[in-house]
Amino acid sequence: MKNTIVRRLLPLIGLLAFLALWEAVPRLGLAQRALLPTPSDLPAAFLRELSSGIWLTAVGNSLFHYALGLLVGAGLGIGLGIVTGMSRVAEGLLAWVSRVLRPMPGLAWVPFAILWFGVSEAGAVFIISVGVFWIVYFATFGAIRSVDRDLIEVAQAFGFSSAGERLIKVMLPAATPGILVGLRTALGQAWMSVVAAELFGVPGLGSRMMQASSLLATDIVVVYMLTMAALYGLMDAFFMFSQGRLLRWRPS
Amino acid sequence: MSDVKTASAAVIDIRGLNLSFEQDGRKTDVLRRLDLSIRHGEFVAIVGASGVGKSTLLRVLMGLVSPSAGSVKVNPDPSAERPMALVFQDSRLLPWRSVISNVAFGLEKSSMTRMQRRERAKEALTVVGLADLANRWPWQLSGGQRQRVSLARALAVRPAILLMDEPFSALDVSTREGLQDELIRIWRQTDRTILFVTHDIDEAVYLADRVVALGGKPGEVRAMRSVDVERPRQRGSAALDDLAEEVKADIFGGQARSGDNWVI
Repeated sequence: MKNTIVRRLLPLIGLLAFLALWEAVPRLGLAQRALLPTPSDLPAAFLRELSSGIWLTAVGNSLFHYALGLLVGAGLGIGLGIVTGMSRVAEGLLAWVSRVLRPMPGLAWVPFAILWFGVSEAGAVFIISVGVFWIVYFATFGAIRSVDRDLIEVAQAFGFSSAGERLIKVMLPAATPGILVGLRTALGQAWMSVVAAELFGVPGLGSRMMQASSLLATDIVVVYMLTMAALYGLMDAFFMFSQGRLLRWRPS
Repeated sequence: MSDVKTASAAVIDIRGLNLSFEQDGRKTDVLRRLDLSIRHGEFVAIVGASGVGKSTLLRVLMGLVSPSAGSVKVNPDPSAERPMALVFQDSRLLPWRSVISNVAFGLEKSSMTRMQRRERAKEALTVVGLADLANRWPWQLSGGQRQRVSLARALAVRPAILLMDEPFSALDVSTREGLQDELIRIWRQTDRTILFVTHDIDEAVYLADRVVALGGKPGEVRAMRSVDVERPRQRGSAALDDLAEEVKADIFGGQARSGDNWVI
């Protein structure tokens, strides 16, 4: 009994110890406070950002890039993954193309994003969706390809003979768990891309961090780092909740 | 007079069916010179060892596999909504659908409304005695229950012919015998034709009006025997056991092995 309580408290104890150590390092003079802000500096910095309205604008901008990039990348990834998953011809045609394009990280597209879209929201959305696209594409392709042939035969036996009917009645529902695994990975990947995409100047969390760091306002940088962690945690929790509803047919 | 009736009421008429698959440039014959005519309302069992092409024959009838030669004619009762429905060996319920939604699956091809489909599915579930489990997920069911749902899914589309592909072979003995009796009950309530594939000779002679023995490679019809035993039948009765021995002999050309509950 006592043991379980202690075990439950361990994460909290760890967090408090971490904060104490962090607080102590600048205070003991082991690091300059301008380079490493203490946790106790943060609430005031957060309130300043909040009351000036900058925090809300930055978060709003970033969430917009994030959502749109995710939507475009995941939409295209699921769409193309279904096509190559269902058609050997499409799979063959794209086999080498995808092998060439896939290893390029989203960030490698920054120069083109700037050339094609300028320093604009469209550029940020483009970079985010490139990263998302490949993750979701390969997850969807694999999930569609591994749908149980026996279930497809059930659809045929009951008269669903066209590719569209097979897709809607069997392939898509059967592939949903696999597609969702890819989407969840993409959820995290897209968040990283948001920062990267905004670091080169598109307004949002990333650009606000760059601004603050150039003014040595490191407490503000940390505020936005924590903001991102919180937003990501929130989104992942929301995703897991929706996934639980969507896959409630599975034994838990 | 009965001849006239038989001729006009053949729901399935297979003549000279040959079937072969080509794989990696090699041709494999699966079925050879198969003739089979099934009357309306008849319960026919097809027995044979695994790999003899029994299941493939059902898929030819469903139109899922094309014959290499010969003719396959299906003349379903015009009052039936669908010519055929298939019950698979391993239930094959769609795991993401509830029980009732699985039963309604085949109806989504029709023009019925959602409410009508649900009602029809509920009816079919009642026939197989599972109305209480309508809202369960497939994984929450036992093997026997899953197979009942699979049967209900096929019954729901009101087929003229019910094709069954070793539907009870994966179940334990008591569940299997229960489902066999239930199938007979359901069959006698309607005027459906049943084509039942099994490797269990005792099951075949217990259930069917007529037993078709397939044998050899490629598979061909070795013999057909009528089961002239009144229903309800007695499992393990002398009449059925004798017939089972004869069917065994048909399949293996007189080299029947002995043994009580003998399965190929």
